[in-house]
Amino acid sequence: MKILTTVKRVTDPDMKVRIQPDQSGIVTEGVEYKMNSFDEYGVEEAITLKEAHGGEVVVVSIGPGAATKELRTAMAMGADRAILVETDADLDSDAVARVLAEVVGREEPDVIIMGKQAVDSDRSQTPQILGSYLNWPQATFAYKVEIEDGWAVVGREVDGGTATKRIKLPGIISADLRLNEPRYASLPGIMKAKRKPLETLTPDDLGVDIAPKVKVLNYEAPEERGAGEMVDDVDDLINRLKDEARVI
Amino acid sequence: MSPKKPEGCAFLIGEVGSEEILTPEDFTEDQRMFAQTAKDFMDREVFPHVEDLEKGDFDKLVELLKKAGEIGLLMIDIPEKYGGLQVDKTTSMIVTEYLSKYSGWATTYGAHTGIGLWPLLFFGTHEQKEKWFPKLATAEVIAAYALTEPGSGSDALAAKTKAELTEDGEHYILNGSKMWITNAGFADLFTVFAQVEGDKFTAFLVEGDREGVSTGAEEKKMGLKGSSTRQLNLENVKIPVGNLLGEVGKGHKVAFNILNMGRFKLGVGTLGGGKRTLKVAVQYALDRVQFKQPIANFGAIRSKLAQMATQLYCLESMCYRVAGYMDQSMDHLDSAADDYPEMVMKAIEEFAVEDSIMKVVGSEVMDFVADEAVQIHGGYGFSAEYEVERIYRDSRINRIFEGTNEINRMLIPGMILKRTMKGQLNLFETIQKVEMSLAKSEAPTPPPQGDDPSLEFERFMTEEAKKLVVYCANQAIQKHMADLREQQEILMDLADMIIQLYSMDSTVGRTLKLVDTQGYDSTEVHRAATLIGLSESFQIIRNRGERLLYNLAEGDKLNAHLEAFEKLTFFPRIDVISLRRIVADAVVERENYPF
Repeated sequence: MKILTTVKRVTDPDMKVRIQPDQSGIVTEGVEYKMNSFDEYGVEEAITLKEAHGGEVVVVSIGPGAATKELRTAMAMGADRAILVETDADLDSDAVARVLAEVVGREEPDVIIMGKQAVDSDRSQTPQILGSYLNWPQATFAYKVEIEDGWAVVGREVDGGTATKRIKLPGIISADLRLNEPRYASLPGIMKAKRKPLETLTPDDLGVDIAPKVKVLNYEAPEERGAGEMVDDVDDLINRLKDEARVI
Repeated sequence: MSPKKPEGCAFLIGEVGSEEILTPEDFTEDQRMFAQTAKDFMDREVFPHVEDLEKGDFDKLVELLKKAGEIGLLMIDIPEKYGGLQVDKTTSMIVTEYLSKYSGWATTYGAHTGIGLWPLLFFGTHEQKEKWFPKLATAEVIAAYALTEPGSGSDALAAKTKAELTEDGEHYILNGSKMWITNAGFADLFTVFAQVEGDKFTAFLVEGDREGVSTGAEEKKMGLKGSSTRQLNLENVKIPVGNLLGEVGKGHKVAFNILNMGRFKLGVGTLGGGKRTLKVAVQYALDRVQFKQPIANFGAIRSKLAQMATQLYCLESMCYRVAGYMDQSMDHLDSAADDYPEMVMKAIEEFAVEDSIMKVVGSEVMDFVADEAVQIHGGYGFSAEYEVERIYRDSRINRIFEGTNEINRMLIPGMILKRTMKGQLNLFETIQKVEMSLAKSEAPTPPPQGDDPSLEFERFMTEEAKKLVVYCANQAIQKHMADLREQQEILMDLADMIIQLYSMDSTVGRTLKLVDTQGYDSTEVHRAATLIGLSESFQIIRNRGERLLYNLAEGDKLNAHLEAFEKLTFFPRIDVISLRRIVADAVVERENYPF
């Protein structure tokens, strides 16, 4: 089974994000980057499936040259080879999906496993858009994945509970938090990953126009949180949630 | 990196910035990946269990060691041919830095992978390595280092533990006891130092399950409660001669070389601990509201945060400079050669002065940072409910173990003196520069500050400090000659001057490189920290220099010294208050160490 998985290089969520004074983006100076945490679940699941069913795990990233670090991290975890589609541009979800669709055309994987969203932009769109471009079935927000006879049985996190979906492969699965516990990029793994193949392409090589259809007008920091207030009792709390906050 | 083989104490000779030094900004992709794994390990495995570990849950600690083994964190220094990774020293130190953010774990990890493992690495036979390395890499066997005794601490060679060869020449019988042994509660393999035939100080490998080996109760310590420390007792412990480590009578070589490395590792460890502490402090300052605003808004608090960040920046510059030197030295060695471990040891020994400096600076910066972090927490800092209370207690031991800071301070000028006498260190050029300055009729005029990518002012100040340090050291040598070794008060002051000089030289060297690669405008905070560091180091150098000269001479001779002193020094006119505001802004904005 050939499994394609994706990783995005994102700013370390432990760091405080700062907005550029002209609101054109975030400050990248002195910022640490790491693999998007939802993608870690995706990579882990891909490797687990490969261990169970055999085959190959190909990891793809779209981003700057420095994203080789995140690709090598995925290979240190156990992915077999990597493809970097190199660009410094900030792609919208549609462009990401179109680039990935081309990579899928070349690689012809049996299944694609990707994080349900990136923790930087939090858009949660790419797996769905990609499904539409490829005309493949999709099972999003997976907490459990089983592969049997050319089908994937996917337990999904949905509002108010869970649901199980069976999709015919090839298909797309997007990973949610409870799916697994990602393994470490072990130190011997990191050393081994140095010798694993990493291919670099550009959007041009794939014939994809990455000009954005979605335009970001500006970035703003969320409003500072005001001081908290103590309420007298539960009744008071309920009343104020009703009357003042109007959330219940 | 220059292909030249680096030499120890280069900062006393070469001009600042004249040779390239390794800085954290140069870390490679692999090194950053190693760091990420270490960071993930701390966040996922260690920090969630700190409370239990502090209560002495050593089963958990052993479990953590095994888990660290699974992901390769214990095999970093082990040679490839014994199943390890044998990566460069820089990588090893980066991992140490990240794993040192909780002291209980840092001590346990350090004792196992550092002083526990290195004796075998540098002095073990092929058979010994083959037997133990694979097990040490997985923590199936946990290592400890047993040098100190109830009656011999700093005076390590005065150990009383005895090792007697049996009549058949097949075994040694060991008797004695060792104090403050980290990991003793669960260690399986001890490096033990004992006297053979009365006074031949010798190292041995002693398995924890040998008959006659026992440990005392857990010590009730001020801090590091998340690590095991016990006395080790040896009662007629019979070990085969194959457990001899190195040669009979050469135990001092093992002990001192391992301590050198340990000092380096400790310096890097305090850097990790210090960064964590700064983060805890700034986050508290942002949360704590007084007078209707976060205390992080107040200048008195911001100034503390700036000082903490600045001292850590200087420490970091010093640490990785040495790591880079060590790797450069080892690049020149043939790793397949039989005497490779010995050559590595020599390469490391070359930087013994720098190792001692890092031990002293690291432990004192850590104490300063911990103390100010408690102060920022106010009353809450005195409560055991807060992390900073533990950090404060844990920090104190750093100035004591791995050679007290007093011992290390005396070693610094002592080793420099020895190297100079042996002709290994040529201070002649620097002395000549001092004389040239003295021949001039006036004190030097410093170049203007700021708006200068070549950092001429910063370089000038470092060079002037260099002359001042060498001048004072020279006067001390002239007056006391070989007897200088006995003048401990003088040695301590000289050490302070040398330490501060190394800090200036390393920090300016790093910032110079940064300005070169990242541009002048984007390095404002680095430059501010550099100037603050320079200002503070220069004051210490002046203060100690003055004190020394008052002791070394009187009357006309003293007048002459003071005249010289004035020619070598100047008012730096660095506006530290404004510069601290720049650094503080960065710390508060990032809620973290800003470099």
